[in-house]
Amino acid sequence: MKRMLFSLLFTGITIAANAQSEQYNDAMKQQVGMLDSSSTYSAGGMQQLANTFERIAEAEKTQWLPYYYAAYCRVNEAYMAKDKGKVDGLADKALLNIEKALALKGKNSEISCIQSMISSARIAVDPMTRGPKYGPESGAFLEEAKQLDPENPRVYMLQGQSLLYTPEAFGGSKTKAKEALELSLQKYAAFKPESAIAPNWGEAYVKQLLAGIK
Amino acid sequence: MFKPFATLIFLAFIPLLTQAQTTVSGRVTSAKKKPLAGVNIAIAGTYDGATTAADGSFSFTTTVKGERLLTASLMGYQTLEIKTDLATATQLNLILKESVNELKMVTISAGSFEASDEKKNTVLKPLDIVTTAGANADIVSALKTLPGAQQVGEKEGLFVRGGTGYETQTFIDGMLVRNPFTSGMPDFAARGRFSPFLFKGTTFSSGGYSAQYGQGLSSALVLESTDLPDRSSYSLGIGSVGPSVGVDILSKNKKQAYGFEMDYFNLSPYFALVKQQQKPTIAPQGFNSSGNYRLKTSKTGMLKIFVNATWNRFGFQGESLEYPGFNEDFELENKYLYTNVSYRENLGKGWKLNLGTSFSTNQDRIYMDTIGKSPAPTRINARQDLSQFRLMVTRMLGRFSMLRIGSEYQYADERSRFNQYDIDYVDSYSATFAEADVYFTPRFVGRLGARYEYTSLLRASNIAPRASLAYKLDDKSQVAFAYGEFYQKPEQQYLRMQHDLAFMRATHYIASYQRISEFYTLRGEVFYKKYHDLVKTVPGLNNNGTGYAKGAELFWRDRKSIKNVDYWLSYSYLDTKRDYLNYPFEVQPDFAARHTATLVYKHYIPAVQLNVGATYSFATGRPYYDPNRPESEFMKDRTRNLNTLSLNLNYLTTVGKAFTVFVFTMSNVLGNDQEYGFRYSSDKLRRRMVGPMAPRFFYLGMFMSFGIDRRQEVIDRQ
Repeated sequence: MKRMLFSLLFTGITIAANAQSEQYNDAMKQQVGMLDSSSTYSAGGMQQLANTFERIAEAEKTQWLPYYYAAYCRVNEAYMAKDKGKVDGLADKALLNIEKALALKGKNSEISCIQSMISSARIAVDPMTRGPKYGPESGAFLEEAKQLDPENPRVYMLQGQSLLYTPEAFGGSKTKAKEALELSLQKYAAFKPESAIAPNWGEAYVKQLLAGIK
Repeated sequence: MFKPFATLIFLAFIPLLTQAQTTVSGRVTSAKKKPLAGVNIAIAGTYDGATTAADGSFSFTTTVKGERLLTASLMGYQTLEIKTDLATATQLNLILKESVNELKMVTISAGSFEASDEKKNTVLKPLDIVTTAGANADIVSALKTLPGAQQVGEKEGLFVRGGTGYETQTFIDGMLVRNPFTSGMPDFAARGRFSPFLFKGTTFSSGGYSAQYGQGLSSALVLESTDLPDRSSYSLGIGSVGPSVGVDILSKNKKQAYGFEMDYFNLSPYFALVKQQQKPTIAPQGFNSSGNYRLKTSKTGMLKIFVNATWNRFGFQGESLEYPGFNEDFELENKYLYTNVSYRENLGKGWKLNLGTSFSTNQDRIYMDTIGKSPAPTRINARQDLSQFRLMVTRMLGRFSMLRIGSEYQYADERSRFNQYDIDYVDSYSATFAEADVYFTPRFVGRLGARYEYTSLLRASNIAPRASLAYKLDDKSQVAFAYGEFYQKPEQQYLRMQHDLAFMRATHYIASYQRISEFYTLRGEVFYKKYHDLVKTVPGLNNNGTGYAKGAELFWRDRKSIKNVDYWLSYSYLDTKRDYLNYPFEVQPDFAARHTATLVYKHYIPAVQLNVGATYSFATGRPYYDPNRPESEFMKDRTRNLNTLSLNLNYLTTVGKAFTVFVFTMSNVLGNDQEYGFRYSSDKLRRRMVGPMAPRFFYLGMFMSFGIDRRQEVIDRQ
């Protein structure tokens, strides 16, 4: 009887623990699934997602992915912000999150990609003054991302995007952008995310960019 | 037996059974009752929460129960944490307080124009200083487009609010710079010695400045040298006046950097093309080199060493005013060395330390002669050495307020030889200052300070109080007031002759209003300045001079209304009179114009990658004295109004692997006469207009950079 009691008790605890990690996976899957959806493709949508990822991150504290996604959504919010005065504050918030992800996960190609995006986002505040500082900084993070994982399609996506939106006088080029984006598509085709909630965003965006060039 | 068992089973399944849901809802507003959207509402330690809607409302369900910590966070606001029983957590009214950040805080603003990349809310960026047409990458020329500065073309320096060029002092990393301008001809303004690219911050104070600085009656130009570069770079340039080369290497660990820059200029090819008013006997030529080393000694510590060495010479021959039909020779050779070593560190517990030392030596050899006439040629050999040390400690008081205490010592050795006569002197100058920035509230700041100075040469000391107040009216606008006493030693040329002169003194009162939004800046200032103890040369050297200046200034900048265009407009009204030097009574001096206005226009044309810039300056005529008039009509005459238009064009492209920019600049495009004043012969029969050497100056160049993209920098150099 006693044994039965203990096993019952134990089962209860296990169910609770599993529920916890299942809850994490379910919540993450649900939120990650919304990343590439058009309904969240706005500053407000990104803010909402970033808020949710931050809540998950702060509740879990040991998972790097919620921090990573919070940073990704925050930096997108910065890109989409209509009021340029908000860009730095949002970029700072994104930076705080990605640094926490970095502390938990260590150097990682996906994290470097976000760092590169944060540097790029800051240029918009004052391109003339900030371009010379943050342009190269963003490029350096991207180079780091490439070294950490040359198969990461997002490296080439960001490269292509940067080439596309940089004025030709400052080293931008449509043909080079197209090459990078096409390479990125090849990498996407071969890319296998580590899990259902690991970073796997951006393919649809690349296709959209390529369609714009043609 | 059965009962406890059932209880145990029940307890074991509590985690599953408690999944019953509670609703949490409410609304978030700011302290001013404005609904806040996008606020992240969370129950600490759970995933549960929501983002507030446009009307500030939120509602979500949660499975947790009991008293929990609810947090509400939004960028720009202090995060709110409240303990609440979730069972009753409906229709919550949450109020978020704005967080205090740099943008919302008031800054000391009366009298100063600051250009900085690091600080927000500044009127200018360092780039603005150097992308101004007509400035040719000269800091002082660019600052002349701001209100308060006069359009004086015949003497170097900033003539600010009725003050002479001598009344503006230049400081690099807190230390006074002796000879900040290159040596030039009499009646022709010379360029500043230091490239704007050496500095990350530039503050032009047209009055009421901090007790940290002294020895400028009117104005302080405060320059802050750059820290580590972002990347290594190399650059090459060739222009119509000569070549340049530069290297800046950042170490792999990004802890230290070193670099050098060199350029050589020679104007003979240019003078072959463009006729000058006077005949060049030695075409202006020179060599300029600088080196620097910067070391990050710790997370907050920085050591900087900067050395600059220049050599230049020129000679001109022009018609003698004194002896018609005869020519006059003027030749000059200049050697200059400047060093600056500075160190800063956070000592912890709110203490900061700044240490600096600087040494400069300047040597001019001048030869003047009226050919074929006695007296014999004049030879002047002058040398000025200045050594100095500076120490400042800063103590943070609370979150924003701070106290600064510092001390400095300068040893000046001034030698000059006029033919066979030597007139030398040395001066030990020491100063101590204390100043506190006190934030009564984040919107209201006061700066109170005083400075004590002593010079061994004059055997005189002074105590100069300074005070500044600023109050922020709303997010964008603020009002400010400043008062201060300012002392300065008489000019070296008078001190040389007579050592028992006294300090000159000026009292400033300033009131200002400014409104800075993302794309627009509006600023207005009124001032009153009283001069005491100015140097007079008549009957003998004395300190009996007096004067005043009062006026109103306006600055407007707009970066939005016209696409790809950034422009600013400055206007200064100046009413000033002074009795100094040989003046018979108080009168508007010859360097002061009543109305001055400047328009700076910058247009980028992306389709052709072309930057077009223009600067238009206007000033009403300045007084001059025609000695044929009686003394009672001293300074009654006026020169013509000044009108000048300067242009620059930059074309960006790529040559091979190097980013390249082609540059064309032209000053006084319309060729308007520029009449700065008149010189009279001693018999009063003849006069000569004081004006530029040629009506226009143009420049063509190409710059290439490898590594970091420095093209922007090249554009900015124009």
